[in-house]
Amino acid sequence: MIGILWLVLPLLAAAGFWAGRSRARALSGADADGHRIVLHSLPTHYAQYALAWSAIPPLLILVVSALFGSILVDGWVIAQLEASGLLRETLSSADVLRDVHTGLANTTGENSSPPHTFAQNVLDRARGVLNLGVTGFFFVGAGGGLWFARSRMTTALRARNHVERIVHVALFLCSVVAVLTTIGIVVSLFFEAARFFALVSPAEFFLGTQWSPQTALRADQVGSSGAFGAVPIFAGTLLITAIAMAISGPIGLMAAIHLAFYASASARAWMKPVLELIAGIPTVVWGSFAALTLGPQVRMIGEALGLEVASESALAAGLAMGVMIIPFVSSLSDDALNAVPRSLREASLAMGATESETIRKVMVPAALPGIVGAFLLAVSRAIGETMIVVMAAGLAANMTANPFAAVTTVTVQILTLLVGDQEFDSAKTLAAFALGLTLFFVTLCLNLVALVVVRRFREEYE
Amino acid sequence: MKTKMLTRGLDVFYGEKQALQHVDLEIGANQVTALIGPSGCGKSTFLRCLNRMNDVVPGCRVEGDVLLEGEDIYDPLLDVVKLRAQIGMVFQKPNPFPKSIYENVAYGPRIHGMTQNKSELDDLVRQSLRKAGLLGEVENRLEEPGTSLSGGQQQRLCIARAIAVSPEVILMDEPCSALDPIATARVEELIDELREQFTIVIVTHSMQQAARVSQRTAFFHLGELIEEGDTERIFTNPAEKRTQDYITGRFG
Amino acid sequence: MSSPTPDAPLAADGRLRRRYRQERVFRAFALAAIGFALSALAGLLVSISYQSLSVITQSSVELDVVLDPDALDPLGDGSAASLAAANYAKPVRSALRALFPEVRKRRERKALVRLLSDGAEYDLRALMEASPELIGSTQTFVFPLSDDVDLFLKGSIDSEVDEADRKISDRQIGWVETLDAQGRISQPWNWRFLFAGDSREPELAGLQGAIRGSMLTLLITFLLSFPIGVCAAVYLEEFAPKNRFTDVVEVNINNLAAVPSIIFGLLGLAVFLNIFGMPRSAPLVGGVVLALMTLPTIIIAGRAALSAVPPSIREAALGVGASPTQAVFHHVLPQAVPGILTGTIIGMARSLGETAPLLMIGMVAFIADLPTGVDDPSTVLPVQIFLWNDAPERAFVARTSGAIVVLLGFLIAMNAAAVWVRRRFEMRS
Repeated sequence: MIGILWLVLPLLAAAGFWAGRSRARALSGADADGHRIVLHSLPTHYAQYALAWSAIPPLLILVVSALFGSILVDGWVIAQLEASGLLRETLSSADVLRDVHTGLANTTGENSSPPHTFAQNVLDRARGVLNLGVTGFFFVGAGGGLWFARSRMTTALRARNHVERIVHVALFLCSVVAVLTTIGIVVSLFFEAARFFALVSPAEFFLGTQWSPQTALRADQVGSSGAFGAVPIFAGTLLITAIAMAISGPIGLMAAIHLAFYASASARAWMKPVLELIAGIPTVVWGSFAALTLGPQVRMIGEALGLEVASESALAAGLAMGVMIIPFVSSLSDDALNAVPRSLREASLAMGATESETIRKVMVPAALPGIVGAFLLAVSRAIGETMIVVMAAGLAANMTANPFAAVTTVTVQILTLLVGDQEFDSAKTLAAFALGLTLFFVTLCLNLVALVVVRRFREEYE
Repeated sequence: MKTKMLTRGLDVFYGEKQALQHVDLEIGANQVTALIGPSGCGKSTFLRCLNRMNDVVPGCRVEGDVLLEGEDIYDPLLDVVKLRAQIGMVFQKPNPFPKSIYENVAYGPRIHGMTQNKSELDDLVRQSLRKAGLLGEVENRLEEPGTSLSGGQQQRLCIARAIAVSPEVILMDEPCSALDPIATARVEELIDELREQFTIVIVTHSMQQAARVSQRTAFFHLGELIEEGDTERIFTNPAEKRTQDYITGRFG
Repeated sequence: MSSPTPDAPLAADGRLRRRYRQERVFRAFALAAIGFALSALAGLLVSISYQSLSVITQSSVELDVVLDPDALDPLGDGSAASLAAANYAKPVRSALRALFPEVRKRRERKALVRLLSDGAEYDLRALMEASPELIGSTQTFVFPLSDDVDLFLKGSIDSEVDEADRKISDRQIGWVETLDAQGRISQPWNWRFLFAGDSREPELAGLQGAIRGSMLTLLITFLLSFPIGVCAAVYLEEFAPKNRFTDVVEVNINNLAAVPSIIFGLLGLAVFLNIFGMPRSAPLVGGVVLALMTLPTIIIAGRAALSAVPPSIREAALGVGASPTQAVFHHVLPQAVPGILTGTIIGMARSLGETAPLLMIGMVAFIADLPTGVDDPSTVLPVQIFLWNDAPERAFVARTSGAIVVLLGFLIAMNAAAVWVRRRFEMRS
C-alpha cells in the first residue's frame, strides 16, 4: 500500500514541476500596459521551486512512516493487549506480538489462542488506520506544498535563490548521514553493552578466562548464568591476527619493495592490479578456500609432523587472512616508499651503496611511518575480519598459542551469539554487543593512530 | 695537467631523444672543472654519466667511452658499486638521509666496510666533517637529525658524507642552487679547499660561480660541447660566438 | 688505483662479493614475496575453478515412463486440481524398477529408487502440467540422478573404498553401471544450478534465489548510497565551510571506511530491526546496511574526482555570472562523473561480496522460494556460499565453488565496467 506511494512520488514531483513552469510562463507575459515583465529567475527555477514544495512534504511523511510506522503500530497492539485482560502469566504481550509478526499465530494450534487472534485483529486494524493516515497526509502534504508554492509565486519571488538554499540544505543533510551512522553505531553499541554490563560486571568480562555464553531458559535452571570471561576470545583474535600479520607483514612489504624498486615499468603495470585483485575477492571466498582447501592441507602437514591438529585450526584461518591482507600492506607500503624523495635513493646509490643497502638502510627507514601506518590498518582489518574466521577457525574458546588448535575470535562470537536468535534481553545476545563495542573501540584507535601517522608522514615530504 | 677522467665520443639517449652528442672532454686531476650552459643543454646528463648514475634512469642509453685513469667505466666487468665509491656525488637540493648527522656521514664507510671499529669510524666521521668545514658547528650535536640543520649546513653535510668514502672525484650538480648567498660563499670556499685532495666537476647555472671556483670551464649547448678550456680564457676570450653570447647574457 | 687516504682503504674484494650476494638474496626475497602472493591468488582461482567443474553438468538417466492416468490424473478430468493431487513419484519409480525386474526385496527396491533425485518427480509434474494430453501414453524423459550417483559418475567416489565408508553401495554401483551400459546415462548441462532456487538436495540446489536477492539488495544499496554519497561529496568539497564540524565529518568518513563490516551488521540489527521494526532477512534492510557501509567509499571517491576538476572551470563559470551552485552542477560535477561512477561501481562490487553484516540481519535462513520484492525474505550470493560451504553433503563442495565462480563472474563484470567507464570518458576529454 505504502509502497505504491513511493512510486507516486515522482509523478507528484513531475506535476509540481509542470505546474510551476506554467505558472511562471503565465506570470512572465506582458502586463496590462503592454510592458514586458522580467522575472527574477528562469521559468525552470520556478518549476524547481514548485517541485521542491510539492515533493518534499510527502517524502518526509513517507520516511517518517517507514521509520516509525511499525513502532507506533506495535505499541498500539501491546497497549490493547495489556488492556484486554486476555494475557496469561506465561504469555507476555511481546511473545504474542512476535508470534503474530512471524505468522506463527495462524498455523500452529497452540498459538491460535484468543490473545493471538485478538492481537492479529488489532494489528490489522492498526495497520489499516496507519496506511489510511499516511496516504491522507501524503496527498495533503503534496497538495498543500504545491498550493503554498503557487501562492508565493509572484514576479518578486527569487526562485533561484530559494531553490539553491533548499539544495544546500539537502546536500548538507546528505553529508550528515555519515556522521549519523557513526553516532548510530556508538549509541546502539553503548546502549546494548550497558545493558550487558548491568548483568555481567565489566571486570568479569574483560578479565575472566571462562567463556560459555549459555543462558538458561528458566531462571531456576542449574547453571543458569553462563560464564562471560572474554579473555580467551581476545587471545584467539590476537593469535589469528598475529599469524595473519606474520604472513602479510613481511610478504606485503617485500612485494612493495619489489614493485617500487626492482620491477620494470611493464611488470609493475600488471603486477600491481593483479595483486590488488586479492583484496577484491570477497572474504567469504577466502573463507571457503581456508575451510575446504587450506584446512585439510594444514591438517595433513601437521599430522605428518606428528602434531595434533584440530579440524578447524587457527593456522588455516590465519594463513588465508594473511594472504588476503597482503595487498593492504603492499599497496600502502608502496605508496609510502614512493613518497620518499628519489634524491635520497640517488644520494645513497651515488655513494656506492647497492640497491638493497639503499632500500634497507635509507628508503625503508625514511618510509617507516607510512609503513607502520599500513601495518596498523592491516591489523585493524585482520581483527575485524569475520567470514574467514567464521568458516575456518571454529567456535572453541581455547586460550592457547598453538596455531594448530581451534580458537575463536571476537567477530565469530558476535556472529554466533546473534544469528538465529531473536530475543535481545538475555546476557548471551547482549554479550555480542559488548564484544562489538570492544571491537569498534580497538579498531577505531588503530585507524585513528594510523591516519594520524600517515598524514604526518605525508606532510613531512610535501 | 694530469688527466683524471676522459670522455671520447660520448652519446647519450633518453629513449628516442639524444641528450648528448659526441662529447670529448678531459678532466684534470686536482682541478675544479665547471660545466656551464643554458637549461637542458646536457650538462647534468654529462655529469651523471661520469659515475653511471644514468643507469638508474629507465630508458637511458650511453654510447662512447668514459675513462677513469685510462679504465673504461662502462666496461661490463667493472663494478659500479666500487666505481661510485671512487666518484662521489653532491646533488642540487641538499638531501641528507633522515638519520642523525653522525649516521649520515658514517653511512658510506659502514656499507663499504672501511673501518675496523667504532673509534676508527668516529675519527673518520669527524675528519670528514672537519674537511667539509662543518665540524665546529655540529660537534656537540652529532646525534641530532641531519634534517634539523640549515640548508647550507645540510649541503656541507652532504659533502662530508661524500668525502667520507675517500672518493677520487666529486661530482657536484648545482650544489648551491638551493642556498642563500652566504651559505653559497661557504660552499664555494669549501670547494676551493677540497681541490687539493679531490678532483671536482661542478655543474652550475651561475657564471660568476664558475669563474670564482673553477680552473677549467666547459660550455654545453643543445647537447653539444661547444668549447672548453682554462676558465680565465673562456670568460675573457672565448673562441666560439655562442660561448661569447652566453657568457655575456644574450641568451640562457 | 690509488686511495688518497691509505688509513681508510676500501675493503678487499671479499667484502664486495658478500655485499653482492646480499643484494641477490634480498632481490630474490622481494621477487619471492610477490611470487607467493600471486601464486596464492592463482592457487585459489585454480582450486575453485577445478572444484566447480563437476557442477557444470548433471548426471541424468533416460527412462521410459508409462504415464498412468490412475496416478497422474486421479480425478479423471485432466484439470489443474486433478494434476495437483497426482502422485508423480510412482510412474518415475515404476519406470526405473521396470529396468531391473530382478530386484524384488523391499530394501533393495528402495535402494534402487534412491539412485534417482527427488527432482525427478518435480520434473515430471512440470512436464505434465505443460502438456497434460500426454497422460495415458508412454514417453521417454531424462531425469536427474541423486547427488551421490552424480559424484560417483564424476569419479569423486572411489569404488575401491570400503563399502561402509561410502554413500553408494556396491549394488547401486552395479545398477548404475548397467544403466550406463544401456546408454541411458547422460550428462546434460546443469541449468538448474543457475535458474532454480535453493534446495536441501545438492542436485536440485540453484542460485537463482541468491542472484535475485543480491540484485534487489544492490538495487537498494545503489538507490540510497549513490545520491547521498554524491550529494555529501559535493557539499564537503564545494560548499562546506572549513571549520571544526567539517573536520569532524572528514575524520569520521575516513574512519567509517575502515570500521569492520560486522559492526554495520550490529547497527542494522539494533537500529533497523529492533527499533524501527523493519522485516528480517529482507533485501530492504540488507541494502540499507550495505548503503551505510558503501557511503564512505563513494564520498571519498567523489571528493577525489571533484577536487581533480581544474579550478579554472569553476572560475570560468562564475566569471560569466553563474551562481556557485550553478557552477558546480552545470560544470564541475559533469567533469567528475567518470571518477564518481568508477568509485561507485567499485563500492557496489564490494557490497556484492559482503557477507557478515547480512548474516547479522538474518539473511542466513534457508529460503527455497525466489524473492519477488525488497521485503521478501531472501539470501544473497555470498551468504549462499557460506551456507553451502557448511552443508554436510559432499556434493555441496562443488556447488560452493560453482557459486564462487558465479560471484567472481559478477565482480569481474562490474570491475570491467568500471575500467570501461574510465577509458570511455578519458578518451572523450
